[in-house]
Amino acid sequence: MRRGSFARELLRRPQGAFGVGWLALVVVAAVVSRFWIPLDPFDTDPYSAWLTPSLAHPFGTDSVGRDIFSYVFAATGTTVVVAVASGVVATVVGVGLAALGSLTARWVRESVAVLIDVLVAFPTLLIAMALAAAFGGSLTVVVVAVGIGYGVTIARVSRSEIRQVARTDYVLAARADGLGTASVLRRHVLPNIAPVFVVQLSLSMATSVLAEAGLSFLGYGAPADTASWGRLLSDLQKFIGVHPGSVVWPGLAITLTVLALNLLGDAVRDASDPRLRTTRRPTTDTHRLPTTPGVVS
Amino acid sequence: MTRFVVGRLLLFVGGLAVASVLIFVTLRLLPGDVAQAIAGTTGSPEQVAALRRQLGLDRAVVLQYLDWAGGLLRLDLGESLVTGTPVVDEVLDKLTVTLPLAGLSLVFGLLIGIPLGVTSALRRGRASGVALGTTAQVLAAVPVVWAGMLLIGVFAVTLRLLPTQGFPADGWSEPGRALRSLVLPALTIGIVEGAVLLRFTRSAALGALDQDYVRTAAANGMTRSRALVRHGLPNVMLSVVSILGLQVAGLIVSAVVIEQLFTLPGLGRMLVTDVGRRDLTKVQGELMTLTTLVLFIGLVIDVVHRRLDPRLREVDR
Repeated sequence: MRRGSFARELLRRPQGAFGVGWLALVVVAAVVSRFWIPLDPFDTDPYSAWLTPSLAHPFGTDSVGRDIFSYVFAATGTTVVVAVASGVVATVVGVGLAALGSLTARWVRESVAVLIDVLVAFPTLLIAMALAAAFGGSLTVVVVAVGIGYGVTIARVSRSEIRQVARTDYVLAARADGLGTASVLRRHVLPNIAPVFVVQLSLSMATSVLAEAGLSFLGYGAPADTASWGRLLSDLQKFIGVHPGSVVWPGLAITLTVLALNLLGDAVRDASDPRLRTTRRPTTDTHRLPTTPGVVS
Repeated sequence: MTRFVVGRLLLFVGGLAVASVLIFVTLRLLPGDVAQAIAGTTGSPEQVAALRRQLGLDRAVVLQYLDWAGGLLRLDLGESLVTGTPVVDEVLDKLTVTLPLAGLSLVFGLLIGIPLGVTSALRRGRASGVALGTTAQVLAAVPVVWAGMLLIGVFAVTLRLLPTQGFPADGWSEPGRALRSLVLPALTIGIVEGAVLLRFTRSAALGALDQDYVRTAAANGMTRSRALVRHGLPNVMLSVVSILGLQVAGLIVSAVVIEQLFTLPGLGRMLVTDVGRRDLTKVQGELMTLTTLVLFIGLVIDVVHRRLDPRLREVDR
């Protein structure tokens, strides 16, 4: 498949276009927020507490007069860093386990497979709570917990995928042609499992955004001096009986980001499947199993 | 069947063993000294040493683990480091809130996910079907805490229909009141989990609609929806059951967060408090209880699924 045609297939789909678009916006906001934020997100002013949305404060202000828009804007950095770091850790854990579980001696392979089956049942949030009990809460705990929790899922999926590809006729033919293991892996196995992998990567990032929100809400995620959507939710929640409207903004930011990552996963899977390519405009109504992960917080 | 059940039981027991080791080791990774952490900065070295002996921390880690694991087998989770009360009593007490919450959430999730999933499949390509599918896709991305806050905003603050937070202090002595305070939290979890279920049900139902038996039934005069309900539904339900294990695990995890939001005195809320206090014995016991629940439900659902699927029953013969 040519690279250009994959990007076109991806963006042609409404899911892909929304996913790429929203995530690009978040990343740009994260980069810009390193240099410029409209108002200091930690600047308190008791005289302007609970202002309703206006031009000066598009999302209004909170209980201590902080500008909610600036806070949400500043928190994009935290989200991007946590999501990317979680994705990287999950990939390393996943690929490592999958390689151990498919390319090694039989007894190693099978014990790793059993271990993966056992570990895959552990919810990420419980791993995070165990780590928080030992080390105290932090964003590192979120990254490590999602990295381990989702890494096992990645390992399970890519292991069966590797084994399936390794049994195909074209791999057999390549081997018969005298190609070494490394070349077979690079030329035939990796290109074939790459889409599955990208899907899992985007889902692991979606999980990390939700896990960060959940743990920060419980008080074991982002520290007080770090802007985070989950922390803001937790701060605003204390006043929900009086000002229920303000929780809309951080929640919306989280939802749209998770949705974008989920949709991007679906779109990558569809765009990389030649059987689903049509000359007509693709509908949103494909009936394949959704890729949404089951265990999130 | 027997072979399958035995194999699955072994995996369950193995899972529990691995879980107990992982939980124990993770909590022992604590930088510094547990006894020092409990005694605080004011504790004299003698007090800390006495505490270490009392907690058995002066013994080899392997012996400490065997002690704890042996206790697990006798359903003894040890004593709280802070209050000194037996952990198992408190865990059982909190389960009287967490289990009904999880059960009610599952009921809501199934009631939302399955009928709407089948409906949206039958309306494929029509505006209502697309709308249902899109709504589910969005709801599946909603953080469960936020869903809870929005529901509190609507049902409790604005409409004043249900209690915002809390649980009757006398527990289930007045079942109606207790149940009322579980409705909103369970609905929160049920909506988010139901959205995921809806998407699975929908894709399973769409798969069934493409099958020859539905086409044949339709050719024989049934409507497509009747054909799906009569012939397709058993297949759809099988796919739903197969993912239910993951769903229930997700539901129990959501309960940890939701109990905190709705200040329900359940196992999750106790876990959050004890992690803050670094009450290691209790955290260990609570994590082990939650993990056992998740693994046990996975086991039950796998066995039920195997039992229900006639194709897999053939394999066993």
